[in-house]
Amino acid sequence: MKPVKFDYHAPASLDEALALLRRYGGDAKILAGGQSLMPLLNFRLSRPAALVDLNRIPSLAYIEEHDGQVRFGAMTRQRMIEFSPLVARRLPLLREATKWVGHLPIRTRGTIGGSIAHADPSAEYPAVLTALDGEVVARGPKGERVVKAKDLFVTYLTTSLEPDEILVEVRLPATDAGAGFALEEFARRHGDFAIVAIAALVVPDGARCRAARLATAGAGPVPVRLRAAEQILERDGLTDAAIDAAAGRAAELVSPDSDIHASADYRRHLTAVLTRRALRRALKVAHG
Amino acid sequence: MADAVTVRLTVNGVEREGRCEPRKLLADFLREDLGLTGTHVGCEHGICGACTILIDGEAARSCIMLAVQADGAELLTIEGLMRDGKLHPLQEAFREHHGLQCGFCTPGMLMTALDLLRTNPSPTEAEIREGISAVLCRCTGYHGIVRAVEAAARKMR
Repeated sequence: MKPVKFDYHAPASLDEALALLRRYGGDAKILAGGQSLMPLLNFRLSRPAALVDLNRIPSLAYIEEHDGQVRFGAMTRQRMIEFSPLVARRLPLLREATKWVGHLPIRTRGTIGGSIAHADPSAEYPAVLTALDGEVVARGPKGERVVKAKDLFVTYLTTSLEPDEILVEVRLPATDAGAGFALEEFARRHGDFAIVAIAALVVPDGARCRAARLATAGAGPVPVRLRAAEQILERDGLTDAAIDAAAGRAAELVSPDSDIHASADYRRHLTAVLTRRALRRALKVAHG
Repeated sequence: MADAVTVRLTVNGVEREGRCEPRKLLADFLREDLGLTGTHVGCEHGICGACTILIDGEAARSCIMLAVQADGAELLTIEGLMRDGKLHPLQEAFREHHGLQCGFCTPGMLMTALDLLRTNPSPTEAEIREGISAVLCRCTGYHGIVRAVEAAARKMR
């Protein structure tokens, strides 16, 4: 229940951090908020040769709007997001999702970049990134590159980022006024990771639906964008029948695994139920 | 400890210093190196919340943070809640409303409630329950704890 020995580095700049990652050649772990990594270290499930702590790089924490996107420095704490007026106004779905992330004393330390790079398929932020078609900026020895959400998550706890790259920024398209949003989640206890969660965003246009966005957490090894379910709503509008059809389709689009928390069938069932709930509530939110 | 590092921080208004390995958890540093055993260590993996303290004014679990990360920080632990020989209103309220039984989770409960009331001075019962859901009480004493936090909130407003 105590970590094994490791070298500890707390660089003051990103360049220094990148040089350290290069030096350890894949044997170093990046320490962000530590709310997932530290338990793994305490259990000795993770035994890195070194930790590269990003907490002494203040330039990695910010929230700003730019070109219709809200951009977050990777080390922006979840609690800063929870209380950000900009996020409340421009990314209400992320604000709602944040309230589901762990607990108050987790969110004071946990970061948006850490949560996404950790790629726990049951976590809320990867689901929101997927639903909103967001992207991340990774910096490596060859400079920066932008990675779309759909290209980021590979499988359980694995992203397409290279060992010598650092996720430095998260970008989410700002939400238009008039959109409805909801995150519905089922977990055994408040603050636990989701068994299944659904992030939903709808843009109603009279009786029609100009855009629908749906993504899962907990319904497979990566967050799943439910595009075929979205298309039902964009074609048929946000009627009860269309919402039911979209929920049914959603369950067909996921391939969950069974584990100690829930069977695959149960997760598929939850996907339909939570999609229906999320869409109904999102519609209510849109109609104010 | 050839690879020991020096950690300097302020705990409960007092500047403290210690030397430890980088892998030393902040909770263990407080207890073993600084002798502040009021912070309890339960699960050691960020679930039970017993080790919650305030770091630069915000509640965080000291068992999933390294001591070296707290270098330069300002900490408040349960030992710092009392002022001038008087119990903090939260401590008073926990005593008054039977907010503790065995007392193991109590330091974490108090420090979590302190941060909750800082950002939400008038929480509803549901908000209190959500706030303290960060800390596990195995005596199932939540009811008294919720009443105590409500009472303290009234007093602290």
